Amino acid sequence: MPESSPLLVVDDLKTYFFTRRGIIKAVDGVSFTLNAGETLALVGESGSGKSVTCLSLVRLVPEPAGRIVGGRVLLAGEDLLCKRPAEMRRVRGRQIAMVLQDPMTSLNPALTVGTQVAEVIRLHQGVHGPSLRERILEALHRLRIPGAEARLRHYPHQLSGGMRQRVSSAIAMSCIPRLLIADEPTTSLDVTIQAQYLELLKEIQAQTGVAILLVTHDFGIVAANADRVAVMYAGRIVEMGSTLQVFDRPSHPYTQALLRCLPDVELKRSQLVEIGGQPPDLARLAPGCPFAPRCAKRQAICVEEYPPAVAIDNGHTADCWVATPVEV
Amino acid sequence: MMKKTRWFSGRPPLPLFPAIVLAALVFAALFAPYLAAHDPREGDIMLRSRPPVWMERGTWDYPLGTDRFGRDVLSRVIYGTRISLAVSLIAIGVAGSVGTMVGLISGYRGGWVDAVLMRLTDIGLSLPTILIAVVLVAVSEPSFRNVILVIALLLWPRFARQVRGETLAIKEQDFVAFAVVAGRSSAWIISRHIFPNVVPTLLVVCTLQVGYVILLEGSLSFLGVGVPPPSPAWGLMIADGRGFLATAWWISLFPGLAMLFTVLAVNLLGDWLRDRLDPKLRQL
Amino acid sequence: MLQGIGLKKYFPVTGGFFASKAQGWIRAVDGVHVQVAEGEALGIVGESGSGKTTLAKLFLLLERPTAGSILFDGQEVRAFARDDLARYRRSVQAVFQDPYSSLNPRMRVQGIVAEPLPAEERLGHSVIRERVTEVMELVGLSRDSATLYPHEFSGGQRQRIAIARALVTYPRFIILDEPVSALDVSIRAQILNLLKGLHEQLKLAYIMITHDLAAARYLSTHLAVMYAGKVVEMGTCDEVYTAPLHPYTHALLSAALPLRPSLKRQRIILSGEVPNPLHPPSGCRFHPRCPEALPHCQTQEPAWKEVRSGHYAACHLY
Repeated sequence: MPESSPLLVVDDLKTYFFTRRGIIKAVDGVSFTLNAGETLALVGESGSGKSVTCLSLVRLVPEPAGRIVGGRVLLAGEDLLCKRPAEMRRVRGRQIAMVLQDPMTSLNPALTVGTQVAEVIRLHQGVHGPSLRERILEALHRLRIPGAEARLRHYPHQLSGGMRQRVSSAIAMSCIPRLLIADEPTTSLDVTIQAQYLELLKEIQAQTGVAILLVTHDFGIVAANADRVAVMYAGRIVEMGSTLQVFDRPSHPYTQALLRCLPDVELKRSQLVEIGGQPPDLARLAPGCPFAPRCAKRQAICVEEYPPAVAIDNGHTADCWVATPVEV
Repeated sequence: MMKKTRWFSGRPPLPLFPAIVLAALVFAALFAPYLAAHDPREGDIMLRSRPPVWMERGTWDYPLGTDRFGRDVLSRVIYGTRISLAVSLIAIGVAGSVGTMVGLISGYRGGWVDAVLMRLTDIGLSLPTILIAVVLVAVSEPSFRNVILVIALLLWPRFARQVRGETLAIKEQDFVAFAVVAGRSSAWIISRHIFPNVVPTLLVVCTLQVGYVILLEGSLSFLGVGVPPPSPAWGLMIADGRGFLATAWWISLFPGLAMLFTVLAVNLLGDWLRDRLDPKLRQL
Repeated sequence: MLQGIGLKKYFPVTGGFFASKAQGWIRAVDGVHVQVAEGEALGIVGESGSGKTTLAKLFLLLERPTAGSILFDGQEVRAFARDDLARYRRSVQAVFQDPYSSLNPRMRVQGIVAEPLPAEERLGHSVIRERVTEVMELVGLSRDSATLYPHEFSGGQRQRIAIARALVTYPRFIILDEPVSALDVSIRAQILNLLKGLHEQLKLAYIMITHDLAAARYLSTHLAVMYAGKVVEMGTCDEVYTAPLHPYTHALLSAALPLRPSLKRQRIILSGEVPNPLHPPSGCRFHPRCPEALPHCQTQEPAWKEVRSGHYAACHLY
């Protein structure tokens, strides 16, 4: 049930990469909130900034090229960007956990499953001996990993892709974090395994009240699993609202264009409406709205000034000079 | 997406030290007759074992001193660049060609061809280098040509190994599968698809082998089974001065230093090349 | 008409010190019947281990079948001599999944696109160049692109180059292996539309291998569903999507998420894992995970039946 104050408040977050080609504004003023027990989906294509946003929240942006240059990240009221490295290490794993796309690289191939789960629990909860083993099995059972006792001695390469992702997630959830960041967790999984995994995630959320930030490019996953959705383009959130609001009445031209260009498994479409042009070069962003060059509804002001957030409905906003909700 | 910049990798666009040293080397090799004041093979026996200019009895006529036959050390070092360069370029050329062909065929064909060629390569790699060289050259007489052949014989397996590895990786790429679908022959695929993509690695390997070859040639010459005297090969020069390290140390030292700087420069260049080409290969 | 009849492809798992003894067999494709007629677009969907990629390789002659035949206009492809084989290769072309590894980074686009044109026929340079220009314009690339190298193009454009390359011999069939999976979402529409347009304009037949059920629905006229090396269902696209017969198809469709959350749907979550191709389950391969398994599903393999007109399934329920 929603608390009075949100668990996570991200306020005008800016993360830039300083390279020879120029300054890449990967995240350029991103703001959103997330309540406990809620799932917010960050949707966008490659280059939209969704992964960098996640890395910024846990301050794991690759340095020295990348740097968080502005904004605040408040977790239960405390600004994570002001914390010292030692304090941040305590936050990671304990309060915020991450699950990444490729479980083969997030699990150490040279260590058994049991060792890897134990490492995290021991570090954050200071538990040893028989109670450690209990906690490990508890963590694995939470993700419904069959034959957990036997699995403790298995190495990652002995597990299937879906099982590895579950182990990764078990490690992430082992300390019952308040926030779980899942960056494309199912992209490398088979469709039916993906369905299993997303169901599991929902169960865990219901049990533990964890808030989930789900990053994906798949609108289908968003539709089925997210309470709220934020659509990202060129480092900014261009539309945000509840899933129903954004899908039923998308108001930003990019969201509208995306929904029109995706094939749907339940509808036989006669035509996919293409989005012309190419994604923008983040090192050479023009002033104004980054989507303007490809926008069919472009106005003169769109290339001059970045649009303000327009309230479409309660909790539904779009950054657009000509935002109009449309049935797609 | 992002190229490494000066600030982050600490690596300048072109490595200065190796570039300068190697440029000097090539320059010296090309223009030796104009740079060296004296004939490297003939000496004035009256002026033998003169020390370098900054010591007593040294003169500017012989800035780095003379050896025990009265030959100018500096001129010999300069002419020595020709031998080192020629031996390494030719030996690497021969070994590289043979090794590359073996590697390409072995990697692409697989099966028993691969097995046989790789066993040959393994044998080649496990031969004790100096020992074999000595034996081989002892059987024939020491000559410029034989040194090159011996070195090439010992060197080709390294190329074969490396090229085979690259070939295996490239073979997995979709464009090779497509060429098969398009009905192209193996020879065509190897020459138009595999080989051009092997070239960057080949360049790196060649560069890194130069140092090894120079040292090998130096060792062989030192042992008396390399380039025969009175050629101003650096290894021979070091051997010549071996008995006088306490009294006429300059005879061995300067060719030794020349070898050191050359090999160092070449290795640094090879490292730099490898770093520059490697990530780009993957990105392409 | 391109047909595969009783196709099987087993890969040996070698063991032993000399790596020569076969200790088991991976049954990648285990008795598959498929066919595509001119002008049709057959989507072959399945998850990892279903054998769909291996099936594509069989049709492209990149692998030789362990058993079964491939018929091209009724003739056995394995019996083809050099000329017929060349003709087959010209008529059946391919587009692969990864736009970054399917183009040789050291070749110019001109050379890449012209590659399938047969060397033996000695087509003149200008003829080749004309052909290349023609197909490049068909896929929406300018003729100046021919002199550039692949790295100067984006992913979507590279895939267009790959499509142009597949068109240059005026093929009748194109086998597409996950043609849009590696592309950004907004680019997928461009390529899917292009493929659809070419299909209609040139009367090309497609065999499209994919795990993306939405893309398959958009592009295909017919659909075949594969599981653990076998085809479990096949029919027209609309029929299979709206009235699936096999329980696996049901589960697959329900796992593929639609865009409209407001529509009511039945969620079928399968338990268990995709089967191990070394030791597939006995009887019907799907029985351990099937929510509607009957007792004899474990012992007997179901027969391939035409359950409705033009709609086939291999399931004991029918």
